[in-house]
Amino acid sequence: MADAALEKNPMSGRFDSEQIPVDKHGMIPVIADGHDLESVTEKVTAIVLTEPQKTPKGWIAGFFVAFCLLNVLMVALGYLVFKGVGIWGINIPVGWGFDIVNFVWWIGIGHAGTLISAILLLFKQQWRTSINRFAEAMTLFAVASAGIFPLFHTGRPWYAYFMFPQVNSLGMWMPQFRSPLLWDVFAVSTYGSVSLIFWYVGLIPDLAALRDRTKNQLLRVIYGMLSMGWRGSARHWNRYESIYMILAGLSTPLVLSVHTIVSFDFAVGIIPGWHSTVFPPYFVAGAIYSGFAMVLTLMIPMRWFYGLKDLITMRHIDNMAKILLVTGSMVFYAYLTEIFYAWYSASEFEWYMMKNRMTGPYWYMYAMLIMCNGITPQFLWFKKIRQNVPLLFCISIVVNIGMWLERYVIIVVSLHRDFLPSSWGMYTGTIWDWSLFIGTIGQFLALIFLFLRVLPSISIAEVRLLLPQGQVKEAHHHEA
Amino acid sequence: MKHEEAPQLFGLLAEFDSADDLTNATKAVYDAGYRKIDAYTPFPCEPVMEAMHVHHNWVPLIVLVMGIIGGSTGFAMQYWGSVIHYPWNIGNRPFYSWPAFIPVTFELTVLFAAFSGVIGMLLLNGLPQPYHPLFNVEQFERASQDGFFLAVEATDPKFDHAETKKFLESLHPKEVFDVEP
Repeated sequence: MADAALEKNPMSGRFDSEQIPVDKHGMIPVIADGHDLESVTEKVTAIVLTEPQKTPKGWIAGFFVAFCLLNVLMVALGYLVFKGVGIWGINIPVGWGFDIVNFVWWIGIGHAGTLISAILLLFKQQWRTSINRFAEAMTLFAVASAGIFPLFHTGRPWYAYFMFPQVNSLGMWMPQFRSPLLWDVFAVSTYGSVSLIFWYVGLIPDLAALRDRTKNQLLRVIYGMLSMGWRGSARHWNRYESIYMILAGLSTPLVLSVHTIVSFDFAVGIIPGWHSTVFPPYFVAGAIYSGFAMVLTLMIPMRWFYGLKDLITMRHIDNMAKILLVTGSMVFYAYLTEIFYAWYSASEFEWYMMKNRMTGPYWYMYAMLIMCNGITPQFLWFKKIRQNVPLLFCISIVVNIGMWLERYVIIVVSLHRDFLPSSWGMYTGTIWDWSLFIGTIGQFLALIFLFLRVLPSISIAEVRLLLPQGQVKEAHHHEA
Repeated sequence: MKHEEAPQLFGLLAEFDSADDLTNATKAVYDAGYRKIDAYTPFPCEPVMEAMHVHHNWVPLIVLVMGIIGGSTGFAMQYWGSVIHYPWNIGNRPFYSWPAFIPVTFELTVLFAAFSGVIGMLLLNGLPQPYHPLFNVEQFERASQDGFFLAVEATDPKFDHAETKKFLESLHPKEVFDVEP
């Protein structure tokens, strides 16, 4: 199957601009010509309904690697619970290390999924349609990976319920509601659960299609239960569309609030390098930037492997590259603003922090950060680069690394020089820090592989609306 | 005649070639006075909803009301906890520090609104519903893929098996099925 897909699309990923089909407005079509309701349904459901013994070898190999990394996570967490957070590299003054770096990195990655599914839906961007399902799944799995860090960095994760309001025998049922860390608990848990139901509501009609297509009795029952007996009644669609648009409307401020609140974790503190009002917009732009990079990292191999070039076209790739350019430029602008304000504040500590960031012991981290997030996205001004898929894949990896470095620079480099030189220290991640981080990547990839195998990775019902058969007479123009 | 036949059938189901044909047929059936009708499409299709005169639904109101309830609950919880039940005097700062309560209030507004909207949508739609008579028609499995169907239920006062079937057949369907209950 993998080889067949290769043969069918030997050139996928190696388009140059002459070969890309364009419509009469000179735009690359969102969905390639020649598809109808049946062919789209077949194309997407075939990936899921392949018999187990015919699972593509590439999938098995990929899942095996991800599963091994997932076991690294299990070992790292097991040893962490056994020994405590002392196995990490954290110390005084650097009390926040990889745990918070990775938490912010993962939660930021999740934001692209919500942006694609909610904000682009409200702006009626048709091109979001064939990538939203996948991006939403990515959001959920990124949030699942992010959640591990705050949960386990408490040291005693079995007391994590103390973070929620609850009645207990001590009578102390209230957490401190004036703390950004507590806001984080509410923001991230709301974000995770609302993203989950948004994703599930979108899946219902496609689960019904799987139920009706599978020949396997057991799968029919499973998908039938999951689809809740969806029949596609006009009355049902009417309410369904209402709630789908409302969820998009609710998710839009929600996603902006989440990274704003994550940035409050820092901005409310008095540490130079954290205490800054630019943080909320800067963090939100960075989140979307890293999320789109991750969507590209995952989607480029996926569309090539499963031969989904017709549904995830160069239009999608090009648009995502443009968003990467815009948000990357915003992030770079924020870096420059930080430098300016460190100087303009006339605060000795702020200016020292900035000089230390650039020339101190971690100068190479800052230099790499500027290379990854400042310089690299600027290449996306050129159409030739935006449409060179392998190169774009490499750029997306560089951006992922850059965004991880950004959080490292903000958290570790700001903390390691305390106000008193007697309290200065250095920080490096230990093998347990790294194994936990790599382990969450394993968990994320394993979940992505399972998702690709058992659920439709493209929203079939929404893609149908972009087909000629979906353009019904007297139809209001709508695409949800 | 009518009374003997009605309990044995859920109704009649007609399949159409395209959403356009379904829209026209739905309009005709509605204009003929049938009200216990429903159209089934593989994607949301507004002209069909209009032909059935389905416009308004209660989902947005549920979301609004539950959002307001969620927000007030969130704020009241924080007020009660921080001001009345367990006030902590930290450097004589005010107990009622409402700006600090806004983030949690907002999150709970969204949480309540989103969950009750989805649950409300499902309950109003009568879902989950594992069994439905229409699933007895083998062809109906196309409704989730590329089929366009119109059902007229036997409980409609105007329903008469022979007459309704003749009427549906005059609307150029691909086929008309009897639906077992």
